[in-house]
Amino acid sequence: MKQREGGRHIAEPGQIDTTHGPILYLENVTVSFDGFKALDDINLYLDDGELRCIIGPNGAGKTTLMDVITGKTRPDTGAVFLGNTLDLTAMREHEIVNAGIGRKFQKPTVFTQHTVFANLELASQGGKGVWSTLFAKLSGAERDQIESVADTIGLRDRLPTMAGSLSHGEKQWLEIGMLLMQDPRLLLVDEPVAGMTHQEVERTAELLTGLAGTHTVVVVEHDMEFVRLIARKVTVLHEGRVLAEGSMDRVQQDPRVVEVYLGT
Amino acid sequence: MKLPGFVAMLIVMALTGVEALAGEAPDFDDALRGLGSKSRTTILQSIEKLSELSDPRSLSALEALLDKRLRSDGSAGLFIVDDAGESFVDALSGEGVRVDAPDSLTTPRINNRVRRSLKPLIARLRLRNPDVSIRLAAATELLNRPSVDAVASIRVALEDESDQEVRDALEVALARIDLTSDDPKLRMQAAEVLGERGDRNHEVELKALLVEDEEGQFAEPDPAVREAARSAVEKIQRAAFLSDMAAHFLYGLSLASILLLAALGLAITFGLMGVINMAHGEMLMVGAYTTYVIVGLFETHLPDLLDAYILVAIPSAFIVCGCIGMAMERGVIRFLYGRPLETLLATWGISLILIQTVRLMFGAQNVEVANPAWLSGGYEIFRGVVLPWSRICIVIFAGLTVTGVWLVLQRTPLGLNVRAVTQNREMAASLGIATSRVDMWTFGLGSAIAGLGGVALSQIGNVGPELGQSYIVDSFMVVVLGGVGKLAGTVTAALGLGVVNKFLEPVSGAVLGKIFVLGFLILFIQRRPQGIFALKGRAAEI
Amino acid sequence: MLAAGHSRNPMHTRGQWLVLIVVAVFGLLVVPVLNTMPADSLLHFPDFLIPLIGKFLCYAIVALAMDLIWGYTGILSLGHGVFFALGGYAMGMYLMRSIGTEGVYASDLPDFMVFLDWKELPWFWRGFDRFAFAAFMAVAVPGTLAFVFGWFAFRSRIKGVYFAIITQAMTFALMLLFFRNNTGFGGNNGLTDFKRILGFSLQEPSTRVGLYVASVLALLGTYLLCRFIVCSKLGRVLAAIRDEEGRVLFTGYNTVRHKLFVWTVSAMLCGMAGALYVPQVGIINPSEMVPANSIEMAIWVAVGGRGTLIGAALGALLVNGAKSWFTVAAPETWLYVLGGLFIVVTLFLPGGVVSLWRRIRTFREQSARRADETPAADGSNA
Repeated sequence: MKQREGGRHIAEPGQIDTTHGPILYLENVTVSFDGFKALDDINLYLDDGELRCIIGPNGAGKTTLMDVITGKTRPDTGAVFLGNTLDLTAMREHEIVNAGIGRKFQKPTVFTQHTVFANLELASQGGKGVWSTLFAKLSGAERDQIESVADTIGLRDRLPTMAGSLSHGEKQWLEIGMLLMQDPRLLLVDEPVAGMTHQEVERTAELLTGLAGTHTVVVVEHDMEFVRLIARKVTVLHEGRVLAEGSMDRVQQDPRVVEVYLGT
Repeated sequence: MKLPGFVAMLIVMALTGVEALAGEAPDFDDALRGLGSKSRTTILQSIEKLSELSDPRSLSALEALLDKRLRSDGSAGLFIVDDAGESFVDALSGEGVRVDAPDSLTTPRINNRVRRSLKPLIARLRLRNPDVSIRLAAATELLNRPSVDAVASIRVALEDESDQEVRDALEVALARIDLTSDDPKLRMQAAEVLGERGDRNHEVELKALLVEDEEGQFAEPDPAVREAARSAVEKIQRAAFLSDMAAHFLYGLSLASILLLAALGLAITFGLMGVINMAHGEMLMVGAYTTYVIVGLFETHLPDLLDAYILVAIPSAFIVCGCIGMAMERGVIRFLYGRPLETLLATWGISLILIQTVRLMFGAQNVEVANPAWLSGGYEIFRGVVLPWSRICIVIFAGLTVTGVWLVLQRTPLGLNVRAVTQNREMAASLGIATSRVDMWTFGLGSAIAGLGGVALSQIGNVGPELGQSYIVDSFMVVVLGGVGKLAGTVTAALGLGVVNKFLEPVSGAVLGKIFVLGFLILFIQRRPQGIFALKGRAAEI
Repeated sequence: MLAAGHSRNPMHTRGQWLVLIVVAVFGLLVVPVLNTMPADSLLHFPDFLIPLIGKFLCYAIVALAMDLIWGYTGILSLGHGVFFALGGYAMGMYLMRSIGTEGVYASDLPDFMVFLDWKELPWFWRGFDRFAFAAFMAVAVPGTLAFVFGWFAFRSRIKGVYFAIITQAMTFALMLLFFRNNTGFGGNNGLTDFKRILGFSLQEPSTRVGLYVASVLALLGTYLLCRFIVCSKLGRVLAAIRDEEGRVLFTGYNTVRHKLFVWTVSAMLCGMAGALYVPQVGIINPSEMVPANSIEMAIWVAVGGRGTLIGAALGALLVNGAKSWFTVAAPETWLYVLGGLFIVVTLFLPGGVVSLWRRIRTFREQSARRADETPAADGSNA
């Protein structure tokens, strides 16, 4: 485990310093598991408010990249900064979340034994310490926010339902809803449309493009249709490195990308 | 001048001669008769006298006194009776006699004080025995109970002694006595001999020489002797330290083998399959009881082959425990895959049932499983450090079992299937492996190996229904410490824990040592939850 | 059920409060009143049964504590026997000190110390001649141990069976420690031969009734505290940790603190139960710490129904009632019954006895509404 150096930053949303442009910096990040390099000296910069798609074949390092940003995996070397000041490698998962990074997992993870309402309530921005949760009372504003998010994700009339009995697509939506409740500056969305119907996919695309601008959104996807639908800028990962970066059209014409995807 | 001189000479000769002829023999006879006295004081005086005379003729009477085979008729008659209590020998003449009223004879009573003075004397006299083992025993006796009286006999014995072991013992015995001699040269020599050959027991005597009193006077006046004693003490300490270390290590190794046998099955069921089997300890217990049953069967049906029972016990325990394991897997555990905490509780319930069943079948008391004759005894690695054969065999047995398990996992179709299923169940299933049957066999194998551990445990201690309970925590610790799913890790962890435990025991006592080890493990697992051989990355997430 | 409402869940509906009050009053009054009935009366409650019921109530407190950490938070502890025993030892030390010079050796020191030829009281026995201090320590010592242990374990992300195993190792180590004579807690024999508590003789029936009433009140207080916790947002965080801890972490909660909180509270409640238990049974020794006891505590909760407070308390009463009956009537069969319970409950009744009642109710509702074909969501958790 990497040793923590220096003083820790106070992790509060709104304190992200983006005066130099990018909201997220990954520089020379390497992660290896038992000799296998999942990320190999990777560099990645995200501008504030952009919508970035990350694609790549299996094992390219997409999920590991997410893990590094959210603190689940610590890089062997390299720097990860949110804004100019927050060193993510020195922060723990919940601190990173509270600094303004939200993540949706590849496999939808919601609290199955809780109602949709409670799921959203738990994700809301209120105090998350022991005492503040022990004595928490739901405010009117929070209730309004929960209801409006429920509207957005189309689960308004399912608020009292147990999350465990939702369909796969609904769980995906609920998880996105939980992200919205957190209102993070940076959203990491891992395969949001897996198992969704065509209409659901379109609605998801709408939602994500709508979020971009006020939020920075990173989407990891396999579904090329969906990527084409939303992408402005695409990063292609291969064997832990950035293979190509740019607009969808440009990336698609890159011979190396073609080679990776189609084989020789 | 001539005549008176001659006469005087004659007189002297006569006097001494008479004394020699008339004085010595009665002295010896009197002393010997004194052994039959009713008074312990008289007996002690007689022993003292005989010790001065050092006459080999007294040996059989002395031995008889020690063994309570000496009989006195209350006056001059002293007899030695044989073990059966039937034929009598006159103690003075050594000839067989008929005793008309054996019941009227009395047996002289001896106590520990008498025994203490009796034994060295007997030992001294036995030094001339033609049997090497008797001489060795006698020399050891003298070594442990030094007495100045013995010096002359030891020196004489040393001249003819050809056996090296007896010589060694005699030399050390002599050195112990010489250490109190008046001659500084002898003392110095003695110190050197003790430094070379002595052990912990002689350290105290050497140290006593180095004691300084309040006036700055040493117990040993000669500085050269003091120097020799000091270096002898150092030598002894160094040798003792080395032999202690070796002993701890070897005992640690044997404890490690037991831990390994207990944990090996668990390394399969928990390590590979992820099934937390709290009844694993009971598998050891069942294995041990199977051995007990087999011994019983041999005793009644094949008493001639009793020493070979272990050859039957090993496969029996393997099969019995394997079957119980498979029944457990089919009956309970397979319904709980993926719910480890429930498995923990359900298998705990199974362990209670197994314990109670064994208790009802064999009783709540511990039973003893006799070692085969060829396993009793031991090998002396150092002076005073005897490694029992049973422990040596367990080390070998553990080694063989590990090799066997490794071979089964790496080289057999079953092993291939096991590895496939534990690595990726869905993939294995889609390749046509009957995963559920593989689960059953794997679990059976793990339990069967625990049964082998039970056979080993039955050889080193008593067997009781709670036998397994004391091993379950240790076994889990070994598996977790070694890193789940790593056979090499399990072996390393067992070795480490066993040896560390044995090294801690003399420092802190057995119980505290165990507590320290447990405390250390708890801390270690918190630092490195994946064990010594840590996995990184996605595979590490359990 | 959890999280049914939309605002802060009220702890109970009005009807539930009413039931609770009735049960509490019943518990507080019936036993003492029946105890005063004439001895030949059919309704007479015999003296010897009072400590037995008091003992069961202490076990029910333990079950609630266990349910808080296992049923609600999903962390199986095999160390609660230790917390219970530590609370018991703290109270036992006070009771030992209040024997005064009436021991066998008529010394100011406890008998076992005289026996060991100790000349003065060890430092860790100081202060235990005061009840308030002992009562504080009965809760503080298990709490501190749990806090330190939990802090290390939860920070290192130890969970599931690993946590269960290391708590069992802790139990085992502490048991060995307390079995030593030199540790200073009476070794094998533990602490016993108590004479009085707060000046009242422990032999007096009235003292026993007093301890019984204290146990009822403690159980009631524990229930209300646990209910308050599980109905709060914290309770929902705990259940979320149980079901999907990773998600809780990535929702911005520092789960270490939440887990540490319930874990410590749970241990303290156990300590309190132990402190109430010892004066009623009259002895505390290291056999209370054997690992088997801690596992048995888990089965009380499982039998009653984990994740429901009523179920946990009920389970403790049921299992211990059965134990008392079997160990007298058919001692050989008790381990079979207990072992069978472990297996049957985990295999066939994961929701415990309480879920039976719920199953019957949903079954009735279903048969009433034949039209509805969808199966009701099972309340039991995997």
